[in-house]
Amino acid sequence: MSNDRVTSTPFTKGLGFFVLLGIALLIILGIFVSPADVNQGESVRIMYAHVPGAWLAYLAFVMTAVSSAAYLWKRTRSLTWDRIAGASAEVGVLFMGISLVTGSLWGRLTWGTYWTWDARLTTTAFLFVTYIGYLAVRGLGGTHQQRARRSAVLALLAVLEIPLVHFSVELWNTLHQEASVAGRGTDVEMNGLMLFTLFLGVVVFTLMYVWLVLHRQRSLMLEDMLDDSGLDHALSERRAEATQAGR
Amino acid sequence: MSNAGQQRFTGTTVIGTARLIAAKDLRVELRSRVLLNQVLPFALIVMVMFAFALDSDAVLERVAPGLVWLAALFSTLIMVSRSFAVETADGALDQLRSAGVPAMGIFIGKMMALMAQLVVLVTLLIIAAVVLYRAELSWAGSVLLVTTGLTATCGLAAVGTLYGGLAAGAKGRETLLPLLLLPVVAPVLIGATRATESAFGTRGVSTSQGWPWLGLLAVFAVLFSVSGAVAFGPLLDD
Repeated sequence: MSNDRVTSTPFTKGLGFFVLLGIALLIILGIFVSPADVNQGESVRIMYAHVPGAWLAYLAFVMTAVSSAAYLWKRTRSLTWDRIAGASAEVGVLFMGISLVTGSLWGRLTWGTYWTWDARLTTTAFLFVTYIGYLAVRGLGGTHQQRARRSAVLALLAVLEIPLVHFSVELWNTLHQEASVAGRGTDVEMNGLMLFTLFLGVVVFTLMYVWLVLHRQRSLMLEDMLDDSGLDHALSERRAEATQAGR
Repeated sequence: MSNAGQQRFTGTTVIGTARLIAAKDLRVELRSRVLLNQVLPFALIVMVMFAFALDSDAVLERVAPGLVWLAALFSTLIMVSRSFAVETADGALDQLRSAGVPAMGIFIGKMMALMAQLVVLVTLLIIAAVVLYRAELSWAGSVLLVTTGLTATCGLAAVGTLYGGLAAGAKGRETLLPLLLLPVVAPVLIGATRATESAFGTRGVSTSQGWPWLGLLAVFAVLFSVSGAVAFGPLLDD
């Protein structure tokens, strides 16, 4: 009985161990071992958290859309898909926040400004706000199925909205960019160890994402169970009162 | 409602429902005058406050198109809230659904009513821009401006009805709606502002440069009208 009140399984425990190991390795490689960049200097180390964070957030939002579609598909209507969508969006928002903060710090060091009205940056900010709204809709209340349907439709609308926002910001940008910032960093040749560290970061963050979503999905299930049993509990209490009053 | 209305109701066609719902919403507005007495004055005071904040005729003239659409967006939020407060106050939306009224018809009807009200609002805002911010309007510019206004309000009405329906009936929807809606309508703000800039000739932009922006507005309007009509049913089903 007590076993299903725990969100970890042998698999997630093993996975968690590897994630911790990976983070330790990433810190060692990213901060101490890998060299400073020729152009960016020490600030390049921010990239080892920033790039995987952004990648993970995008992955999380894609996963939210996919599991929302799976929820709405025909008559599956499985709340598990809904919880995976919710858990994934939560993790995505968290990492997009981290990515935005580290990105603007890096921008300040490298470009001399926290923010530019670049299409990618602006769309990312929109994405961040959109999924904060998505999480707020999940918290609106109502039945579990209501929550699932609302949020699934919203997640699929975001798939429509984001490309359109990106496209329009790009149009706006090509006409109105006043001071463009040089050096997008894409043509920079990366040192082998730097590339490996970045790659390791992506792998570690992806594993961390899986670990977080598995746990969060299960804790969301427990929350739903608590809601349901709370209602049952209250009902049986009222019934008990009624039978006592009837006697 | 009259007998004629009820007879048409039994048909429950999408278009018939849409017409009835739109007429109902506009009748509610005519009798309550919320748009006239509350939303339009709000939009006007926003335009006046912009002038206080920016405090320069030159700057105001330069940013007038953006301010028109920003004020329009803020007012849209209020109008969407109002549009669904009417439906959920007495559980009217649930009753419509349990009466077997097609959801697509409800969506189109509410969208049409909202669009009609938005057209009035935007017209007033443009007049305010001409009067308060010294925006200049030529004949060629007027044609562009009318087309822009219609396309943009169509998009705003579609997306407003869709997200209004999504948040309808939930506690705390008044505070949630702006958070959901504003990021989505960013393309409308961008497209409509640029097109209006050309119509006003702000910063020497010629009228012909405004027409391509209509494409963006049209894509937005079509995309959200269609997805709204499709998604509205699943959203309301309980």
